[in-house]
Formats: sequence, C-alpha cells, structure tokens
Amino acid sequence: MSAYRDKDPRIHGIQSKIRVVPNFPKPAGIMFQDITTLLLDPKAFKDTVDLFVERYKGKNISVVAGIEARGFIFGTPIALEIGAKFVPLRKPNKLPGKVISEEYELEYGRDCLEMHLGAVEPGERALVVDDLIATGGTLCAAMKLLERVGAEVVECACVIELPDLKGRERLNGKPLYVLLESY
Amino acid sequence: MLQRALIFSSSNPICSQLSTTAPPDNTVFPKRNGGWIIPFSSYQLPAFPSDSAANRPNMASQDEQDPRISNISSAIRVIPDFPKPGIIFQDITTLLLDTKAFRDTIDLFVERYRGKDISVVAGIEARGFIFGPPIALAIGAKFVPMRKPNKLPGEVLSEEYSLEYGKDTMEMHVDAVKAGERALIIDDLVATGGTLSAAISLLERVGVHVVECACVIELPELKGRERLGGKPLFVLVSST
Repeated sequence: MSAYRDKDPRIHGIQSKIRVVPNFPKPAGIMFQDITTLLLDPKAFKDTVDLFVERYKGKNISVVAGIEARGFIFGTPIALEIGAKFVPLRKPNKLPGKVISEEYELEYGRDCLEMHLGAVEPGERALVVDDLIATGGTLCAAMKLLERVGAEVVECACVIELPDLKGRERLNGKPLYVLLESY
Repeated sequence: MLQRALIFSSSNPICSQLSTTAPPDNTVFPKRNGGWIIPFSSYQLPAFPSDSAANRPNMASQDEQDPRISNISSAIRVIPDFPKPGIIFQDITTLLLDTKAFRDTIDLFVERYRGKDISVVAGIEARGFIFGPPIALAIGAKFVPMRKPNKLPGEVLSEEYSLEYGKDTMEMHVDAVKAGERALIIDDLVATGGTLSAAISLLERVGVHVVECACVIELPELKGRERLGGKPLFVLVSST
C-alpha cells in the first residue's frame, strides 16, 4: 500500500521536494533519489513524518529501527511521536556494545548490518524505517536482526520505493508501506 | 555511568572556570546575573545569549535543578576501551531506548532554540542525525546533513579536518543554505571539537551565521569548547 495511491493531499508536496540526481554514485544511468531537498522544506518534512505517525500511532509499536544513516533522519521523529524507542541499525564497528550482525548481498560483494544486543526484547512490535527501498537487501537484513531477538516486525516503512527492483518481494511476506514510488 | 552532570555555557565566563572535580560542600560560585550557582546539587540552564531578563518567561526555573537532566545522564552508557583501549566511549543508544529521557533531551534543546529565528539545524553524520531532525521539526527549521565524503549526491562544499591520526573530510550541499541564515550545529558529543569546527567552517563559508553548537555530552578535558572560534557551545551533560 502506498499513500500515493491514496491521494493524500500532502503527497504531491512531498514528491515535488525530492531531487533526482542522475549518475550518482556512479555513471551508467543510476538515478539517485535525493531526500535532502525534502529536509529543507519544514512543512514537507513534517508532512512526511506525520503520514507515518498517523499510520503507526496507537498500534502498540514499541520499537522503531532506523537504518544508518538516512533511516535515522526519518526514524527518530517517528519514534518520538509514537512513543517508541529508537534502535539504530548500523554498519560494522560503529556500535560500541555487544552486537548481533547480519550479512547481506550488495550488487557487488557483501555488507553487514549490526544491532545492539539488549536493545530489543522478545515480543516487542517493531517498525523498520529507511528513506528508500531498492532491492530490499538492507531491509531484509534489518528484519532478520529484529526477528533473531524475538521481535515481531509489523511493517517496513520507506519514503520512496523503486518498484522495478522488486524489493517488496524480498521481505518474506512482511508488509511494506511507502509514500512514493519512482520508476 | 556519568559521575556528575554540569550545564554551562561558554558565554558565562564563571562557568568556564568551574572545576569538574567535586568541590567542598560549602563552595558556591557567583553567577552572571547575581545569586549563586551551587554545583552538583543545583543546575542552572544558562540564558540564551540574546535573551534579556524581560524576555525570559520562566525565570523561576532558572534557579532550580532541571529534573530531566539526571535521568538523561543516567541513561547514557559508558563503554570502556571502545573503539580502542584506553578510550571511554559515551554510548547514547541507551538514551534512545528510554522514551521519556529521549523526549526530554529533545525538549531541552527545543525550549532553548524555539522562537529564536533559527532557520537551519545542521546535524553531523551520523549521531547528529538522531538528535538534529526532531529539533529541526519542532522549531520549524530545515535540517541539513553534514556528511562524510561521497555520500551527498549534489554539488558539495568540503572541509578537511584533523583526527588524532590523519585527516577526514566533511561535506555539505552548497544549495542547502543561504547567506544570512541563522544556524545551529548538532552532534551527540563534543570531544576535541574538530568535527564541530569543520561544520562551523562549512556554514560560514557560505555566509551562514552559526548561532550555537549544541551537544548532548561534552568531554571538557579535551577542550573542544576552545576550538569553536568563539562560537558558543551548549551541552546537557559533562563527562570527565
């Protein structure tokens, strides 16, 4: 489900603030969806957060897990508004305490996502937040981390989806909620 | 666990001379506007530099311990020997697990900066991305991420700065800010001040006025406060 299809009047304003930057990070036709321009518009940024908060408030969600680094930007305001704790999911060797790690595949090679042990308890209901879902590899690793400690991933939430990359299908049946799609 | 918490501002010259070791119980220090600061049993949030007495609506709270600070301080986890032996790491991730303490942290900054015509909150990657956006949203400012190299896709300005060993680079989108805007810089912690100093440079290079730097934690022994080119620094807790 996406808010775009629901035609919430705030969506058009949000979409118009996202900047597409061609050939980043490398040439060969990659069109990078730059959310930093959205953050420069206080109303559009607030609307973005509000759309997620309206969806998740009062749903007994106690954990918002945000994926480094752009997931921190959207995840923390959402967590604060719905009264959930915020759990950063980070690249290796950034978190100082005991961690669990989940490896995942990149286009070339592998990467790793880490979460502090003890941050999330079994039975907690969690969201995973990132700015964008592409292939779904990172979100999938994030979900696995939460499920390994016994949390229930209620939904993954992103501002933007790239549907052609079929990330939605890699989430093992977990629901995905996005505000915008980009083809 | 932090052993003590102090709040002070570089705009108060008395505070900058405060020793961070516990004084005898009957030691008090004069404060800028008359009266006394009694450290470790009472905390004063220093007035925002542009405030006059007539503009401060909550004068009564100035002389009382802010009850939120001690929970914030005790929610921060100290991890020895990270990232390497001998370093004591201040871990704010445990603060983020305490919903009230995290909310209180943001509120303390928002109360200080709301209504001060600040249009830019610059947050330093990555833990500045945790505290900066909620503050920006609450005060109606834009959020500008200050990032490691090659992360920002548009045209950037770069500023090199020194690390303990070697150098690093910080980048900002050139069109994120306009000359004359008033900005805050947010990070979780100030140590040597090198990172904050680079962020100040980036903003000033495009004509932005940096009003204040704001961090949750300061490590005063590393004297970061002195490396900010005279810019004020506001922190919630101090750790030695």
